[in-house]
Amino acid sequence: MSDSDVLVEIKDLWIEGRSDETWNPIINGASMTLKRGEVLGLIGESGAGKSTLGLAAMGFTRDGVRISSGDVKFDGIDLVNASAAVKRELLGKRIAYVAQSAAASFNPAHKLIDQHTEAPVQHGVSSRSDSQADGIELYDRLRLPNPDEIGFRYPHQVSGGQLQRAMTAMAMACRPDLIIFDEPTTALDVTTQIEVLASIRDIVEQFDTAAIYITHDLAVVAQMADRIKVLLKGDEVEESDTRSMLLNPQEEYTKSLWAVRSFQRDQKPVAATDATPVISVKNVTAAYGKVPVLYDVSFDIHAGRTVAVVGESGSGKSTTARCITGLLPPLKGHIEFNGETLPLDYRKRNKMQLRQAQMIYQMADTALNPRKKIGEIIGRPVEFYMGLTGAKKRERVRALLDEIELEPDQFIDRLPSELSGGQKQRVGIARALAAEPQFIICDEVTSALDQLVAEGILKLLAKLQDELDLAYMFITHDLATVKSIADEVVVMKDGRVVEAGPKEEMFQPPHHAYTDLLLSSVPEMDPDWLTNLLSERGVENIGDAAVDKM
Amino acid sequence: MTLIVVSLVIFIAVNALPGDFAQAVLGQGATDEAVAAIRKDLGLDQPYFYRYFTWLGGMLTGDLGVSFAQMNFASNMGGTQLKGVLEQIAPRFMNTMFLAGVTAAIAVPFAVILGVLAALYRNSVFDRATNITTLTSISSPEFFLAYILILFLAVLNPVFPSLSNIFEGMGFGERLEKTMLPALTLTLVVTAHMMRMTRAAIINLLASPYIEMARLKGISPMRVIVVHALPNALAPIINVIALNLAYLITGVVVVEVVFVYPGIGQLFVDSVKIRDIPVVQACCLIFAAAYILLNLTADVLSILSNPRLRHPK
Amino acid sequence: MTWWLWIILGAVVIGAAAWAFRMAGQQATGNKPFFRDMPFGVAFGYVLAAVLLVFFVWFYFQPAELNGAPRASVMFFRWAMNFFLISAAAALAFKFLGSFVGTEGSRKLFRSMPLTASFGLLVILIYTVLAIFAGIIAPHGQEEIFAQANVVPGGNPAMGGNPDFPLGTDQIGRDIYSRLIYGAQNTVGIAFATTCLAFFLGGSLGFLAATLGGWLDQILSRLVDVLMAIPALIFALLLMTIASVWAPTLGIPLTVFMVLIIAVIDSTRVFRLARAVAMNIVVMDYIEAAKLRGEGLSYLIFREILPNATAPLLAEFGLRFCFVFLTIASLSFLGVGIQPPLADWGTMVRDLAQFINFAAFAPLVATAPLLAAGAIALLTVAVNFVVDWMLHKSSGLKE
Repeated sequence: MSDSDVLVEIKDLWIEGRSDETWNPIINGASMTLKRGEVLGLIGESGAGKSTLGLAAMGFTRDGVRISSGDVKFDGIDLVNASAAVKRELLGKRIAYVAQSAAASFNPAHKLIDQHTEAPVQHGVSSRSDSQADGIELYDRLRLPNPDEIGFRYPHQVSGGQLQRAMTAMAMACRPDLIIFDEPTTALDVTTQIEVLASIRDIVEQFDTAAIYITHDLAVVAQMADRIKVLLKGDEVEESDTRSMLLNPQEEYTKSLWAVRSFQRDQKPVAATDATPVISVKNVTAAYGKVPVLYDVSFDIHAGRTVAVVGESGSGKSTTARCITGLLPPLKGHIEFNGETLPLDYRKRNKMQLRQAQMIYQMADTALNPRKKIGEIIGRPVEFYMGLTGAKKRERVRALLDEIELEPDQFIDRLPSELSGGQKQRVGIARALAAEPQFIICDEVTSALDQLVAEGILKLLAKLQDELDLAYMFITHDLATVKSIADEVVVMKDGRVVEAGPKEEMFQPPHHAYTDLLLSSVPEMDPDWLTNLLSERGVENIGDAAVDKM
Repeated sequence: MTLIVVSLVIFIAVNALPGDFAQAVLGQGATDEAVAAIRKDLGLDQPYFYRYFTWLGGMLTGDLGVSFAQMNFASNMGGTQLKGVLEQIAPRFMNTMFLAGVTAAIAVPFAVILGVLAALYRNSVFDRATNITTLTSISSPEFFLAYILILFLAVLNPVFPSLSNIFEGMGFGERLEKTMLPALTLTLVVTAHMMRMTRAAIINLLASPYIEMARLKGISPMRVIVVHALPNALAPIINVIALNLAYLITGVVVVEVVFVYPGIGQLFVDSVKIRDIPVVQACCLIFAAAYILLNLTADVLSILSNPRLRHPK
Repeated sequence: MTWWLWIILGAVVIGAAAWAFRMAGQQATGNKPFFRDMPFGVAFGYVLAAVLLVFFVWFYFQPAELNGAPRASVMFFRWAMNFFLISAAAALAFKFLGSFVGTEGSRKLFRSMPLTASFGLLVILIYTVLAIFAGIIAPHGQEEIFAQANVVPGGNPAMGGNPDFPLGTDQIGRDIYSRLIYGAQNTVGIAFATTCLAFFLGGSLGFLAATLGGWLDQILSRLVDVLMAIPALIFALLLMTIASVWAPTLGIPLTVFMVLIIAVIDSTRVFRLARAVAMNIVVMDYIEAAKLRGEGLSYLIFREILPNATAPLLAEFGLRFCFVFLTIASLSFLGVGIQPPLADWGTMVRDLAQFINFAAFAPLVATAPLLAAGAIALLTVAVNFVVDWMLHKSSGLKE
């Protein structure tokens, strides 16, 4: 390849981060080249060093992080040894950055357009009025609603998806050669994500900008990147162009990442309709103070079956769970357990009723008391409900640890902080199991976990359900998870049940318009998926959806 | 609102005293008629409820009652001219305000600049040294700092006078010179607090993603601080300043005593020693009022300087 | 009015030196980033610090006497510097000792400890020993009055001292050294008891308010708001006035009232913190899990919340102790605190204060009040150092 084609060249880059007064490696000898106009996808799980590497490509390291050796060259300029002034000249003008959280990355004290024009004016690229006009045009191209006015708002007056696009526009302000996208859609709902993805891809193509796209979501990167590079704990796993990577991954680790998405349990026969459901939610309406959040929600969960409750943030999924557990007594309606009506407030329920419904939480970090050993955490419900003490209790705890596939001798005396995320989640499951319940609420149990670990948890839950005939209420926003574990699906939007039914029916058309939007917005591994979807929906449609969200 | 409740608390506290004010005023040898006369005079024969409202009403109109000491003096000498508490407090209040003003004028800019510097060069030698120094001066009692300053700046190197005997009609320059040592003592304490809080606020701010974003836009460090950090730092810094001025009020008491500065703090301590209830009551309410007012100002200002609250959705 | 000219001149000279220093650095290191990206202000700071350091060293080695007259400034400066150096050395030695004695965990702790914290720990340790064994260590009783009043400190008879009273005697002939040691027992002991009481009150109410919420929380929080609207020292003085009227009629020593008053006033601050800390814990999912399990209130507070609140509460205990200690010292200094004949540092400072004015010609005499005040400052500084380190440690790498 000719030299002038190469925009970024990283050679054998080692980066270290400081913790507890010692320097630990973050990136171990990464190399990459990026040509002009090319989009490179950097993927990996949390802690893989994706962001660090992305920032290093800008010659930037965060506080407490340093480049220990290696080369970073941007258009022939050595960024590792460049002076602060030289780097400042490049940043913003020729290299731009789009951060994960647009809401936090816009300065709350200034209007969007003022932040947009800052870089061009400061770098002497264009005048204030020119770049303001250009900003409005970019807003229009990115299909932001009211492009003439939106720039004159303050960041907190604009929604998350729109902010993310405004930030992309800001990155484009100087027409840079390179943009680093650092997980730009991770914090967004699926239906918003698709709008942002489409606008980012369009604008990058229109201006022929090179980009590094950092994400943990394979399906997303498949839509955006020409080439993909996989990272694992600071080590480079493999790199190749998108299509061959998807069709024919070489390394074991990459293959396992690909395989996660294919986990699917067998469809169980439809439950007999005359059986009494374990949990029955009857016409529940609830509110936080005066703000109504749930309207007339009803559904049943039968023994040995999983009901997935799906919806975007704010749709009332978790609130429904709070109504079932009695933390938020509903205003109207009631909850039945095996045909018997439960008291609305958990404080009025007896030990037996409390025992039968257990809960597993999204954030295992906050769900386990950090000051208690694993043995105590699992042992407490054993003692509290079953009245077992001493050796018997310990025996039961060991059995439970076996059940969740953690070695009892190794884990029983450890503190939660000494466990990995997946192990903590398993302990959460064991605590729920210790009560020997018939019904478990799983609140986004896999969404904070990396894909491989999440798959393990899903498999464990499926195994336990088969063994113990448990009923699950599975709250999630991730349709891939729904596909893999659910028997029945309840779709919620704005506090109402939009559609409900067995899984195979739900994933077959025809369905409710919202379910359709939700289903079609889930990125697929096919690199042509986004293109196809956009042509299917028509570009206008996406713009409308954006207006809808306002 | 809080002030009314506070005044009630002070009133109840004072009226929880056993025995009789009148008896206390006149001493053991007073005749019954004299006691009764005083009681009537002070309105002590009225119910509590009524007394509270007369007292509160008096406060609002500037009538703070008559000091026991004055009354005692008057009744012994047979004089008729009673000096009201208000007249007693007013000049001293002005003196205290002067002292607080001088302190604030030195401390605020000093503390804010030091705080910002320490935050910018955090974990440097400079930061560590200021950290140790400020910790030391926060932890030391005010009178320790005062005596150290007297030792070095008044006794060993006579730069400033160690006694602040200011009086009415004194020239501004001279008054300033005499106020300097107490003001410096207070400055040491207040600056340390203010500086630490400013530092913490700025560090918090510099860690926010929008500052990183500004740096990644290739903007000069100076502009990052002035345009991006400062507008957002204003709210916390204003808050810090107001809180510390409120803190000054407490500090003023001890310092005034050390330097024999004729301010309200000294009057307060003297009255406490001779149990001159009306004066104690009045001083207490003034201190509390100033304290509450400053805290309120802090809240209001920090709301005003928050862009989210200034530009609602 | 030429002094400001000197300051400007000095600033210009240092500025020029700073510029030269940066240039020289860039030349010598071949333009390493350290010098290349150094702002001018930082270079200025380096040179200024160097100038001050040189001045300090020069001043330290000035003769302490000039033409037969003692130069008090030099002596005081030298004492201060010696104290500083000795405490730094002691802290280092203590840290060194700690890194080799004790369990694996404590050794590791000592090794990662900053010097300020080890100094703080050492001082706290010494004070504790003094407070507990005051009766054994002090050569004389705290109330014992000797014939010789106003003996000069230093124990040198030629200077008017007496080896029996190494730090001299006060106006009525009590041994200052012994009273300082007893002061540790009285002042520190009372402050400690007060803090414990304040913590018991404020802590338990704060936890209850956070866990139960509802009207109890509302009432307590409003009450605390009102009490906190009055500055602490002012409120304490007001209540002490009232107490001083009550105390003789009830036959209870005024000191008991003082302990109660300060404990109540301080418990409002503890309440705020305990409530805030507990609030942060109560929203955690593991508390929700415990509630849904049907656990009782005492289990929630003692088993789930308290173990997670110990670190911030312990730090707060240190800060509160300092605050209480300073309040008591201030009250005593103002004459309404711990009552004589009990030896107390605050009272001692007030009684001995006028000696400061002799500093210029008799430096030794002036040390007496400073020693008592210094004793107060030293302990609070030590506690603050330790607390600062603890807070820094628990906040992890946030800074």
